[in-house]
Amino acid sequence: MIGYAPALTTAQTRTHKKGWLSYNTLRKLVPYFYVSPATFLLVLLMLFPMLMVLRYSLMDGAIMKKDAAFAGLQNYITIFADPVFWQSVGQTLYFTVMSVVFHFIIGLAFALLLNTTRVDPVIRSILRVLYILPWLFTAVIIAIIWRLLLDPNGVVNSVLSALHVIDFKVEWFSSTSTAIHALTFANIWAGYPLYMVSLLAGLQGIPKELYEAASIDGANEFDMFWHITIPQLMPIIVSIALLDFIWTMQVFPLVWMTTGGGPIYSTEMLSTFTYKLAFARYEFSLASASAIIILIISMSVTYFYIKHQQRR
Amino acid sequence: MAKRSFKNTVLPTILTYIGLAIGLVFAAFPIVWMFFSSLKSNTEIFALPPTLLPKTFTIAAYLTIFNDPVKVRFFINSYFVASVVTFLTVVIAILTAYAFSRYSFRFKNTLNVFIISTQTVPPITLLIPYFGMVVAFRIFDTYLALVMTYMVFTLPYAVLLMTGYFNTLPKELDEAVMVDGGSSWTALWRVIVPVSVPGIVATAVYTFLLAWNEFLFALTLTKSMDLRTVPIGIQLLMGQHAFEWNEMMAMSVLGSLPLLVLYLVAQRYFLAGMTAGSVKS
Repeated sequence: MIGYAPALTTAQTRTHKKGWLSYNTLRKLVPYFYVSPATFLLVLLMLFPMLMVLRYSLMDGAIMKKDAAFAGLQNYITIFADPVFWQSVGQTLYFTVMSVVFHFIIGLAFALLLNTTRVDPVIRSILRVLYILPWLFTAVIIAIIWRLLLDPNGVVNSVLSALHVIDFKVEWFSSTSTAIHALTFANIWAGYPLYMVSLLAGLQGIPKELYEAASIDGANEFDMFWHITIPQLMPIIVSIALLDFIWTMQVFPLVWMTTGGGPIYSTEMLSTFTYKLAFARYEFSLASASAIIILIISMSVTYFYIKHQQRR
Repeated sequence: MAKRSFKNTVLPTILTYIGLAIGLVFAAFPIVWMFFSSLKSNTEIFALPPTLLPKTFTIAAYLTIFNDPVKVRFFINSYFVASVVTFLTVVIAILTAYAFSRYSFRFKNTLNVFIISTQTVPPITLLIPYFGMVVAFRIFDTYLALVMTYMVFTLPYAVLLMTGYFNTLPKELDEAVMVDGGSSWTALWRVIVPVSVPGIVATAVYTFLLAWNEFLFALTLTKSMDLRTVPIGIQLLMGQHAFEWNEMMAMSVLGSLPLLVLYLVAQRYFLAGMTAGSVKS
């Protein structure tokens, strides 16, 4: 990379001497030069595709038909009339809210445990490494780990029946009553480390003086937790929870690899619903309308996220 | 007095250790189980009662993978695509972040909001037009299609991480070079980049992880076995031989290995990168 530097310096000097652009104008262009590759890529890969998907969603037979006609809002009407869509909305909401809540609870609990001075620092740092592990695994791998563990003949059922919690082999992922909970549990397992790491960093940033002052005033640990720790962590909690909400809402591979949306739509999420419309039924126009609906939901949460980030 | 000290120091310590132990089982048990399952024979995986350690250790599942050129190819593809994406992302992010950190210019805020909101655009929304684009550009089922589309979600993180890192470096550092007559380009590559190695490592590791784990675009924008990546390879394995559990576990262990190694080697940088988005920005 360093090799490029002299060449460009000469080129810049030459242009400057020719007086093609004044030195000051050139200087003003420098930042645009630096941001141009990223801007080009993001326009090509984000702005342009979003306009395309919006256009597809207003057409009849996008991608599949050469002369796809304008269809107005017909695709949206069809989507809103589909009961499976509404079922997916409800299930996505359940999956997302449960995931966000438990990610937060587990993440905070682990962060507090790792932040305590009651435990040997070496043990703490080893555990800190181990507690993050679930976060490093690909959704596909998480899916098959849990399919192995939650197999009717798997270890979870063995342990539960040994403890007499269950008296028959539960088919966690293939029964309509348990599949969504099993799926949500796998996602909770996979996602808490982001909260844990962020909250731990946040905990370490809280000034010690706040606790000292409170303890002089006679506050107990519980008071300190409610009146110092939680308010101090609030900005981080809000950021992470908003991001997590957006991301969890869009989760695809975990669902695809554990249940594929089944049995009988019982774990269908907005993402799998949309994917199947496009790549199983080749209804690209309907899928685009559904994708736009997901985008609108996600952008409205993003709006709060950006507002929150800018306030900080 | 003794009772009081038990209540205030010993009991909380015991409870903390119990909590930590429960946490450890919760976090690590599934992973340990996966690892030992990959060393079991296929018949032993669902043996009753289940045991964590295999009764007979076997590396047969790993040998099957190493002797199958199709499966080895999944790994080569993943390493190749993730490395190219990481290299391009880091270079482009360094340029963008330098502008964000050192200059004020028109559209800076617009571009910044654009980049932050890119983080949250649903991949499924982009997937449908990508499919159309990739077919139209005649790059369906190529590395190029994967490398390009992956960058839409690696780039925003990389830019945010690098901007955060550059902001911590004093402006005098690169200004000194420019006072001596050097260009900002020279200052960036000769001064800023060499002192930013920790930030660059964090960004690269994080980018590699995102690219290595990508599933949706790899599933849809490639078709031939020659171009499939590890996550898709595992999915195919699952579909084809649904009962080869030890092989799937071995594949998962091998598929997690690069990330585990990167994490253990670059842990300090990695955590800094992971928290940067939420805590510092």
